[in-house]
Amino acid sequence: MRCKKCHKKASVELRRHNTSFCPIHYIEFVSNQVSRNIKKHNMFTSANRVLLAVSGGKDSLALWDILTKQGYNVTGLHLKLGIGNYSLKAAEKTRAFAETHELQLIEYDLESEMGLGVSRLSKSIKRAPCSGCGLNKRYFFNKLALQFQFDVLITGHNLDDEAATLFGNVLHWQEQALSRQSPILESTHPNLVKKCKPLYTLTEREIASYCLLLKIAYQEEECPNAAGAHSLLYKDLLNRLEVQSPGSKQQFLQGFLSKIRPSFRSQETVTLNECDSCGMPTTGQVCSFCRMWERARKLTDPKLVNGTSNL
Amino acid sequence: MKVTIRNPVRREIALDGSLKVHQLLAHLNLNPESHIVIRDEELLTSQDIIGNDDAVQIVSAISGG
Repeated sequence: MRCKKCHKKASVELRRHNTSFCPIHYIEFVSNQVSRNIKKHNMFTSANRVLLAVSGGKDSLALWDILTKQGYNVTGLHLKLGIGNYSLKAAEKTRAFAETHELQLIEYDLESEMGLGVSRLSKSIKRAPCSGCGLNKRYFFNKLALQFQFDVLITGHNLDDEAATLFGNVLHWQEQALSRQSPILESTHPNLVKKCKPLYTLTEREIASYCLLLKIAYQEEECPNAAGAHSLLYKDLLNRLEVQSPGSKQQFLQGFLSKIRPSFRSQETVTLNECDSCGMPTTGQVCSFCRMWERARKLTDPKLVNGTSNL
Repeated sequence: MKVTIRNPVRREIALDGSLKVHQLLAHLNLNPESHIVIRDEELLTSQDIIGNDDAVQIVSAISGG
């Protein structure tokens, strides 16, 4: 198999594009995809202060690498989630990348700030770990982006993440979630930062290939809480479809974004209030983050929930 | 050939003979859409042939919960 551009031996095959690339032209392809996504959706410019949520996994580190090379002003934000050794290794990979590339990194420790990490929190409130984890991440990413006055928050969500989320939302007809699914979410409230997903057209295999070719040391270990997660089942189903019909994931997501989502957007009538407890945007009186932590405080020994945050 | 599956659980497998990358993945019941095969730090494509004396690593690209 030969590179489409230079005809040297190919290293990465892209069946959905019916093409293949050598390492040099593959790196160029990935970079061009990200560049095109940023411009197509007016995600941000080099004049903006960009905060990137960095987990230490392949997606966020690849995105940090790509954007830094393209000259963007990107600061990393790593949330220490308190999931045992997994979180310790994630922090090590993130710190190592930041130090090697001399990049700015903000670290926020959930356990020391709030008194409980994700694992103990989920046991305390008897809620699936991924659910509480996602809620904490969404809340703190937004809050810290506002606190440090960033223009935009970006995440490493890829095509597989987005297609699996869409699949789940369609399967359960989650209309509210469908209306919000987009590679770009503009700020609709002074306390809501703009959010973007520049990797949304690249698959997990494509991003992992980028990291492996450039020897970016990312955390390959899977989160111990992810076993049995629906998102992994949906990714597996979609990848089985992809093998038989290359391009299916891309068509599924792009078709939704171009043909279906506009009709959801026209029906959007969500009014945002400020949470009575923390002041962050919510559709109710008290936001789901504050309700979750209030429940944790009621169900847990108060001595254990003794974080330094005054939320 | 010596095959090391790196993640999610590291394990090593020895196989006799040579195989193309797509044949190896099918033999191990691994989806080519979510796995990458590496030999001597070089990423391989589906039609590359892995020799009997080769050592390869397989990386799963799937993450998230």
